[in-house]
Amino acid sequence: MALLQLTKNGLYCEQADVYIDPWRKVDRALITHGHADHSRWGHKAYLCTHSAKPVIRHRLGAKMKIQSIEFGQKMNMNGVSFSFHPAGHIVGSAQIRVEYKGEVWVASGDYKTEYDGISEAFELVKCNTYITESTFGLPVYKWQPQKEVFEDIHNWWRQNQRDGKVTILTAYSLGKAQRIIANLDPEVGPIFTHGAVEDINEIIREQGFYLPPTTRVNKTQKKGDFKNGIVITPASGLGTAWVKKFEPKSVGAASGWMAVRGARRRRSVDRGFVLSDHVDWESLNAVIEGTGAEQVLVTHGYSDIYSKYLREKGLKSQVLETQFEGEQQEEEEVEEIIGENEKKEKE
Amino acid sequence: MKRFAELFNLLDQTTSTKSKVTLLKDYFALVDDKDRMWAMALLSHRRPKRTIKTALLREWAAELSNLPLWLFEESYHIVGDLAETIALVLPAATHKKEEPLTYWIDLIKNLKDKEEVEKKEAILNAWSGLDAKERFIFNKLITGGFRVGVSQKLMTKALSQYTEIEEKSLTHRLMGNWSPDDTTFEELILNENPLDDISKPYPFYLAYAFDLTFEELGNVSEWQVERKWDGIRGQLIVRKENIFIWSRGEELVTDKFPEYKILTELLPDGTVIDGEILPFKDDKPLSFNILQTRIGRKNITKKILETAPVILMAYDLLELDGKDLRETPLYERRKLLEKLIAKVDHPVLKISPIVSGDSWSAFEKEREKSRSLDTEGLMLKRKESSYQSGRKKGDWWKWKVDPLTIDAVMLYAQRGHGRRSNLYTDYTFAVWDGDNLVPFTKAYSGLTDKEFAEVTKFVNKNTKEKFGPVRSVKAELVFEIAFEGISKSSRHKSGVALRFPRIKRWRKDKPVEEANTLKDLTDLLQNYQL
Repeated sequence: MALLQLTKNGLYCEQADVYIDPWRKVDRALITHGHADHSRWGHKAYLCTHSAKPVIRHRLGAKMKIQSIEFGQKMNMNGVSFSFHPAGHIVGSAQIRVEYKGEVWVASGDYKTEYDGISEAFELVKCNTYITESTFGLPVYKWQPQKEVFEDIHNWWRQNQRDGKVTILTAYSLGKAQRIIANLDPEVGPIFTHGAVEDINEIIREQGFYLPPTTRVNKTQKKGDFKNGIVITPASGLGTAWVKKFEPKSVGAASGWMAVRGARRRRSVDRGFVLSDHVDWESLNAVIEGTGAEQVLVTHGYSDIYSKYLREKGLKSQVLETQFEGEQQEEEEVEEIIGENEKKEKE
Repeated sequence: MKRFAELFNLLDQTTSTKSKVTLLKDYFALVDDKDRMWAMALLSHRRPKRTIKTALLREWAAELSNLPLWLFEESYHIVGDLAETIALVLPAATHKKEEPLTYWIDLIKNLKDKEEVEKKEAILNAWSGLDAKERFIFNKLITGGFRVGVSQKLMTKALSQYTEIEEKSLTHRLMGNWSPDDTTFEELILNENPLDDISKPYPFYLAYAFDLTFEELGNVSEWQVERKWDGIRGQLIVRKENIFIWSRGEELVTDKFPEYKILTELLPDGTVIDGEILPFKDDKPLSFNILQTRIGRKNITKKILETAPVILMAYDLLELDGKDLRETPLYERRKLLEKLIAKVDHPVLKISPIVSGDSWSAFEKEREKSRSLDTEGLMLKRKESSYQSGRKKGDWWKWKVDPLTIDAVMLYAQRGHGRRSNLYTDYTFAVWDGDNLVPFTKAYSGLTDKEFAEVTKFVNKNTKEKFGPVRSVKAELVFEIAFEGISKSSRHKSGVALRFPRIKRWRKDKPVEEANTLKDLTDLLQNYQL
């Protein structure tokens, strides 16, 4: 019996009777991070890291039973040792290490290796079997250092100021938005946020993470109040009347998909910045090698292709058909979150 | 090269026409005549002759990037653009080589008769000396297809601002079969006698789809109404004992249609006719499919000439006896055209008959007949209209017949290319035949990006089998498919082939059992066979 196996509910450890990021309702769930495809509603008990908990609490509501644990702290369930290790994906995100009778498995959730200035830095965990995402598991995806990307973003922002335009940058409201804000230079101009982004900012700040000052966009502000500013919003904010008061504007998107020209054109934004919270091709390969794993199970993304590539390199590898959906999913999910918040406002 | 790569990058980053024109104009002013000519050529789909097979480029790129070829091919499939895929996978440059655009084009041209090893060395060396953006351009110089949202019109506008020459004259000068290799900026653009090049066509006047009310069109007697033929728009030119046929895509297709050769002797020197290249036999048009079998062929065999003969269905006269008639009103051009065609009196040149009617409702009835007459609808042309250039609203309208539709079940989905590489956008559809689903068509466009994302989610969760990039999915989603025509086909399992199939809408309201049947399709075939 494999230490972790795929069931209809999700990734399951039979020995400990616990699931990792399950997609159907279960009794006990270990959660890698707060994105909706990993942290679903309705489980009886949740366990995540201390720093992931506030956002998960915000998303799932007060009634859910959520416990949390320190990074690196070991916990035993029926002879199986579990620990959470930084995945560098968003604040609080973890890879979950599972050890039983000397055999080590790591379920990595979503991860990236470059330190992004706010999320706990990725930690390489040695293991026998590594379960990896492959959202950008193709050799065409190679990220520049984020310092260069933020230079481009700031240059574009300054150019928009010279052209008298408001800068609008779309980003997923949990994770990407805070990463961007954390790396923006508030000396350049004021930073405004969509409500869905600011809700998360408030939670993150309360946890003690530093974010430069931001102003929530609300109904009382008028055209002109945004002069020289940058507005951080989920992509779904663009489709609404909400954006009208930023005219004239220049719209950019920050996502790993922007590496490919076709995807940039599909989004029909003025500027596409290649900035992802997932590993690129080269880091992915470096991580696999670094873990020393002899078996690699590949989940969401270009899993067929990447798994075949690993097998050719001599590793034991196969695809795990999970229901995680990577960066694409995150973009779609935004509307769901905004929907939730609107509901709250009405109540 | 750096400047051109930068121009391309900036053009790619803006959707504003005004800024594109400014960017182009600034570029034109900055570079020398040679680079400017090549930029103009590249942006109007003219590129140096291909000297390297793309199969070799793929092999070399995979090798230099240390990737198995299959992985490179998978990446190419997902990116959808070979030049870009290569630029993305290659390792970082090892040195920096700064040369103008023309230098790289010459380098590529000079590889023509070289041995494969020499070609390889030159290409690998070039890749290692260029950054990612420049590499992309370099690869595009070899593979072609500079799609950057710059139309010929936009480029002409920028050129007009730069040269201060009237846009219309430039449009004319830029048409035809020129290449920076056999002309100069001075000759092509600054030269004031555009008719020197006898092959040059006039810019086509294109109609908009009719979207007005009859009241807005005004009095019915002011309009000339013709059938809308289902062929290829073409311009036939006879000047100085030479004949040239241009297709609407500004391609010179003279050699593909030897039927017209005879007109060189029959038409007077200085004649330009606008019409439809139409497959035609036994006094009626043939299916467009038949013409399509000819288009791709290099050699036009006797057999093709027998099975897919073409005529020119003429509808306008742009030049007669060397005189430009475009400012003459349509009704006068029509009289001249009728006279000319009667005089020529040859079966390969017919005149598009005028459809008569004394009220708009009479024309509505005529439009109903379109399908049975193997036509696409009607053309409405204002009798007083001049022959304008490009797509202009007001005087010419195409009034197509409503498409046929059928509700079909999605059976297979394939990932899109390029713009939609992370979504499943290409679907195969089926109809019921008893308890079986018989696939009958593929269809692409027609859904919004949001709907594509939704279908992609469905595909991810309901895949039955995978065949490379194609997945078979649970039969559950129903779509309304619209198409322009239907014909018998022995190549398809269903026995029918559709013309211009596309997704009209997603029938979320329809359960899969209620999709149409094969019998519904064959009934359509009986009624509307083309």
